[in-house]
Amino acid sequence: MSATVRSDEPAAAAAAQRDAFFRLADAVSGALRAGEEFLLRCSGEDSDFVRLNHGRVRQAGAVRQRRLSLQLVADGRSATVACDAGGGDDSDRERLLGLVSGLRVQLAHLPADPHLLFSREALTSSRIEPGRLPDPASAIDRLITLADGLDLVGIWASGLVHRGLATSAGTRAWHSVGTFNLDWSCYHTGDKAVKCAYAGTSWNESVLAARLSEARRTLPVLARSPQRLSPGAYRAYLAPAALDDLLGMCSWGGFSCKAQRTRSGPLLRLHDGAERLHPAVTLTEDHAGGLSPGFTDAGFAKPASVPLITAGSPAGSLVGARSAREFALVPNCAHEAPESLRMDAGDLPAETALHRLGTGLWISNVWYCNFSDRSACRITGMTRFACLWIENGEPVAPLAVMRFDDTIYRLLGANLEALTCEREHVLEAGTYGGRGLGSSLLPGALVGEIALTL
Amino acid sequence: MLDAIAERFRAVAPACDFWSLRAVARRSRSVNVRQGVVQPVHEAHDLGVMVTVHAAGGVGYAATSDLGASGLAAAGSRALEWARRTASSSLVSSGQLPRPQGRAAWRAPVVMPWEAQPIGDLIATLTACCASLKRHDAIVDWSAGLAASTTESLLTTSDGAAIAQTTRLIAPHLGATANRGGESQERSLGRDSARQGGCEQVADLGTWAQAERVADEAVQLLAAPDCPGKRMDLVLLPSQMTLQIHESIGHPLELDRILGDERNYAGTSFVTPDMFGSYRYGSDLLTVSFDPGDVSEVASYGFDDDGAPARRELLIDRGVLVRPLGGAASQARAGLPGTANARACDWNRPAIDRMANLNVEPGTDTLETLIAQVENGILMDANRSWSIDDSRNKFQFGCEWARLIVDGRLAGVVRNPNYRGVSATFWRSLDGVGDAASRRVHGTPNCGKGEPNQVIAVGHASPPCRFRDVEVFGGAG
Repeated sequence: MSATVRSDEPAAAAAAQRDAFFRLADAVSGALRAGEEFLLRCSGEDSDFVRLNHGRVRQAGAVRQRRLSLQLVADGRSATVACDAGGGDDSDRERLLGLVSGLRVQLAHLPADPHLLFSREALTSSRIEPGRLPDPASAIDRLITLADGLDLVGIWASGLVHRGLATSAGTRAWHSVGTFNLDWSCYHTGDKAVKCAYAGTSWNESVLAARLSEARRTLPVLARSPQRLSPGAYRAYLAPAALDDLLGMCSWGGFSCKAQRTRSGPLLRLHDGAERLHPAVTLTEDHAGGLSPGFTDAGFAKPASVPLITAGSPAGSLVGARSAREFALVPNCAHEAPESLRMDAGDLPAETALHRLGTGLWISNVWYCNFSDRSACRITGMTRFACLWIENGEPVAPLAVMRFDDTIYRLLGANLEALTCEREHVLEAGTYGGRGLGSSLLPGALVGEIALTL
Repeated sequence: MLDAIAERFRAVAPACDFWSLRAVARRSRSVNVRQGVVQPVHEAHDLGVMVTVHAAGGVGYAATSDLGASGLAAAGSRALEWARRTASSSLVSSGQLPRPQGRAAWRAPVVMPWEAQPIGDLIATLTACCASLKRHDAIVDWSAGLAASTTESLLTTSDGAAIAQTTRLIAPHLGATANRGGESQERSLGRDSARQGGCEQVADLGTWAQAERVADEAVQLLAAPDCPGKRMDLVLLPSQMTLQIHESIGHPLELDRILGDERNYAGTSFVTPDMFGSYRYGSDLLTVSFDPGDVSEVASYGFDDDGAPARRELLIDRGVLVRPLGGAASQARAGLPGTANARACDWNRPAIDRMANLNVEPGTDTLETLIAQVENGILMDANRSWSIDDSRNKFQFGCEWARLIVDGRLAGVVRNPNYRGVSATFWRSLDGVGDAASRRVHGTPNCGKGEPNQVIAVGHASPPCRFRDVEVFGGAG
């Protein structure tokens, strides 16, 4: 039996949420005094979460949340307050109008904000894409059946995620997308496991079955005695998920306009011209190809893409509204970190990556990365999950976890040998505060050396 | 307000074996001044509920910010549906899970509530502090800020239990970035200084008065040589001890990790159930307590979010591992004693095992004595980098600030100080623990864990500690 796919109901629910949000914005408009402007934002979700351990359900439930953020602007001053809300009914309207009064009081105590910037153009958009999501309980039943005998642990998250923006200038923008994200591991023993993910907007049970079968095929390799390596330099293949974590570290200020201008970002020496990345490295913020809204919190439409690194050299940065005002630039993002990072593909067929690696490490995932030396973009982290020791192009043994400590300029610069032709679309599984809409499109990377230290 | 919500739910609650409702209201404010410019002030009024339903042997939850009768009824129905749909596939049965008892209240003490401080006064203080940070041309970015929140919660059940609590968090911070060419160095204060209480805690920390020192040290680091790479003795000040305790004692002792719940995300643990009662975690000098009763620490409370009364417990006693960090549900699953630490970050997440206040108990040495007994070593403070494997064993930590120790005396400043080790052996090299006078209370508001993800505040108090023969190294050069 396959899980039932639901579609019409969520679309209608999302449209109702949008209409209710716009009515709240109309109510705020009606309460404005002369010289006042506002931006009203909505962030919400209707999610189901199922946590699994040992192939059983550990915790199962649902979260329905609506968060409104109201920014009142007058005389170059700005004050913002956020609150949780219900479904956009009378009580929400009363609460919101009450907050307007509080903001007026606060504005009187705040100085003018020289970096305040928001759009005064009316933007109208409505994107409602509920996807083809399964009934979550049915999907979990199928997962448990398909994973029979496996020590499976992980999280199911599904449902609609909403973002909205309305302004006194007339902007009425709404964004609802339905996604599912199953992020799990199949354990052999101890810390030896195969990490898997199946995420998207259109559910296909056969894909889940195929990924579980692939995990079953890999598990016997993990049963072998682990390879214990001494610190030193090793050839390595970094799978897209591992590369995602490394580029995530670079994104911690590396592409931020503000971080670059204050010389606090990790790619400082790249932007100064003192370091370079390999000519095969081209990175773009692909707004059009991601799941996040096409508008920013400040009411600006995002460009389709923003070049960040082209052929190993810096090509641009992500400029938020405040930085745009401070440094006299044009805003091009909601937050100064990539939400939809795209890396150009290389010329290495993925099916030949093991052969090209020869003898070395197959790094499926890395874990808990951080900077050893931020100015030098030197990153440390651990191998995790099904990282394998490869000899002559063949998997020999799982790797006893090892610490790496190397600079991005070596890993994606002098020591980069190839990027794969194929790329993986990695959808963010993060749910801090709410389900994220980030994604990345990345190849795998073959590197001549990675430094292992512990 | 929370009582009214609870009564509203009681009227529409589903027919089931048992239900609980945890209502949470949080008011928060964050004010930051960067380079003399007041950044957008963030205020928030959060309000929502978590409904948990036991039915047919299963358990389901539903959280909602729709607090009208229909919204609450819908949450009850959804929780009931999840309980029924997963009853036959649940890892943990309804009977294993705790059911809060009795009626009680707990309120964090406060002398000067942050809500009473006029925002104009706070902005004036932060602006002055910011000006003190910009005292060198090499300072290229600088800021000062204060984050604070007050959280009210009410846990009620179908059995008539009712536990009301009010907790408070306050966290002042400042920082300066200095730059010369391709080298930038940051010094900060307060990233790990969250406390419970009000503005009296800010005064006790004395954060604003240290702005000039912080800026001077950032500039000093630019001129300092890179930290040498060799094995040497290591003295960690309480700020860095916060991170060391958190990552290599706190997380590995969490019982839900030991039971495997976190293996897909935060990780497992090198600690196994059979180790409790006999495993030598550290030297005889290492005694670690779980203490939710130290009221200035940020994770003090009267009851955890499953309603268990909180009390002090020793986790490591004179080096021997004695007790894990596990709430009632984990205790029932593991057959081990534990602690009252089932905690949820907000109304929209279920409770899981978390650290609360986790402290290293004081020893007998002064800081001066700890340093005086080092021939060749280094003193480190203020964490800036943290990385540890998913079993919480192999770690590498970095600090903002370090000074070499030569023949028992503090010597020159070095930059990019890092050290690495293995939890299972590192604590056995502990050979000096500072006395009660050197103990400092710290805390972090942002410990991440759980699926779905949760970020929560935890407290750590520690004196300075000395470790022998540690691998120390510097930056890329």
